[in-house]
Amino acid sequence: MTDSPEKNGAVRLAELLGERVYAMVLDLGAIFTLFLQVVTSIVPPPSEIRNIVKQMEEVGIRSMPVVLVTATFTGMVLALQSYAGFQRFGATSFVGSVVALSITRELGPVFAGLMVSGRVGASMAAELGTMKVTEQIDALVTLATNPVKYLVMPRVVAATIVLPILVVFADLLGIVGGYFVSVHLMGANPYVYMAKTYQYLEFKDIYTGLVKASVFGTLISLISCHYGFVAEGGAEGVGRATTRAVVASSMMVLVSDYFMTSFMF
Amino acid sequence: MIAITGLTKRFGKKVVLDGLDLTVPKGKNTVVIGGSGTGKSVLIKCAVGLLRPDAGEIRIDGQDIIKMDERELVRVRRRFGMLFQGAALFDSMDVGENVAFVLRRLKMYPERQIREVVEEKLSMVGLRDIQRLMPAELSGGMKKRVGLARAIASEPDILLYDEPTTGLDPIMADVINDLIISLRETIGATSITITHDMASAYKIADQIAMLYKGKIIEVGTPEQIRTTSNPVVAQFVQGRAHGPITDESEEFVRFVSR
Repeated sequence: MTDSPEKNGAVRLAELLGERVYAMVLDLGAIFTLFLQVVTSIVPPPSEIRNIVKQMEEVGIRSMPVVLVTATFTGMVLALQSYAGFQRFGATSFVGSVVALSITRELGPVFAGLMVSGRVGASMAAELGTMKVTEQIDALVTLATNPVKYLVMPRVVAATIVLPILVVFADLLGIVGGYFVSVHLMGANPYVYMAKTYQYLEFKDIYTGLVKASVFGTLISLISCHYGFVAEGGAEGVGRATTRAVVASSMMVLVSDYFMTSFMF
Repeated sequence: MIAITGLTKRFGKKVVLDGLDLTVPKGKNTVVIGGSGTGKSVLIKCAVGLLRPDAGEIRIDGQDIIKMDERELVRVRRRFGMLFQGAALFDSMDVGENVAFVLRRLKMYPERQIREVVEEKLSMVGLRDIQRLMPAELSGGMKKRVGLARAIASEPDILLYDEPTTGLDPIMADVINDLIISLRETIGATSITITHDMASAYKIADQIAMLYKGKIIEVGTPEQIRTTSNPVVAQFVQGRAHGPITDESEEFVRFVSR
């Protein structure tokens, strides 16, 4: 059917597009179903506490170095760039405000989200994917265990709680990085810089950033677990699931970030 | 007793099981034989509720598990133990934790007794002092035995074996055969084994059923199957490259007839 010679390029293109869109809609539906299953399996609260704590360590503590380094350098380069820009119209005293606002509102959560997508999303998809293709997930079912409750729920809960915590530290180090570059390299007055940092920073800037981070945590873990769960076909399938998980969750971080920003501010 | 009637399962357009009927008597070992890709795994995955069939009934002591919701299924699944083809041990846990997994999930024993119970289950499959090893450190035969210990941990009365001897050397395969026989005797479990290893099938079976083209085409004792008059079954159990199975299937015709 698909390679019949009569079909011209346009039809084939439309077919390909249709298939892709159809597959995407199926994935979205499956991810949403998974979300509902996770929510309903949270209900008896003390269940799977051990697994949740283990995942919090995995997502939180082990991602800390990479997130902190990213945030520090983001703050530093932001200070450098805004300094260069603001110098042209003599407004270098505002560098502190720009750094603080950009980091807390946007760059802290988004970069943390992207780094976690890469690090944690990949490991979740690969781990669950391997369990799927080696029948370990089927084994769980036969051992009186619901795989969504045992594997997915703890990961989603942990990521949702831990990402905002990561972002608190990311915000802090981003601002410290900006301070360091401005004061020690560009020669800004430290007192003025700190005053400007605080002057325009509102509590809302920080907590909206943390809400975003929380949503990113939910999305990344759900998407990655979904792709792990549907992996099939041995090592190659696991590789494909991992790639998809990282690409899809990074994209969802950026897309959902836009919509959350447009609703919250 | 497990009574399967009219079981049908499709994947896309491909009909894998096509109105399959099979009765598995209580306390007996029923072996299902058939070529690769004929749907043997699909059959036992339907029986334990891992796959939902499109039509048919699977009655376990009279209760149809296909009509059950997830909660009832969880209760019925406690009666099942399953040995997977690659053992499917949880590779993030050591052997002891693997075997204890279901005991802890169902809180069947207080924590201080678990090690002891696990050691007892492991001794039933001829293993000891390996609780601290990780699955990656085990050989194929040991993995299967640990998988078997894990499957019998919760004292199920129905055991499912997915190709228990595949990938093992002949001696280890026979060790597994002996274990399957002794487990049937000691815990009196009803079991379904799927395999294409005829030596194993003859040895462990009380009843052999041949799956071909989505249906059970013959059921009998090992002796009846060995001396069958059905040409399809005869070709399979004698392992001949020429016969009705290969004649009907295009993928074989291409290179067998040359």
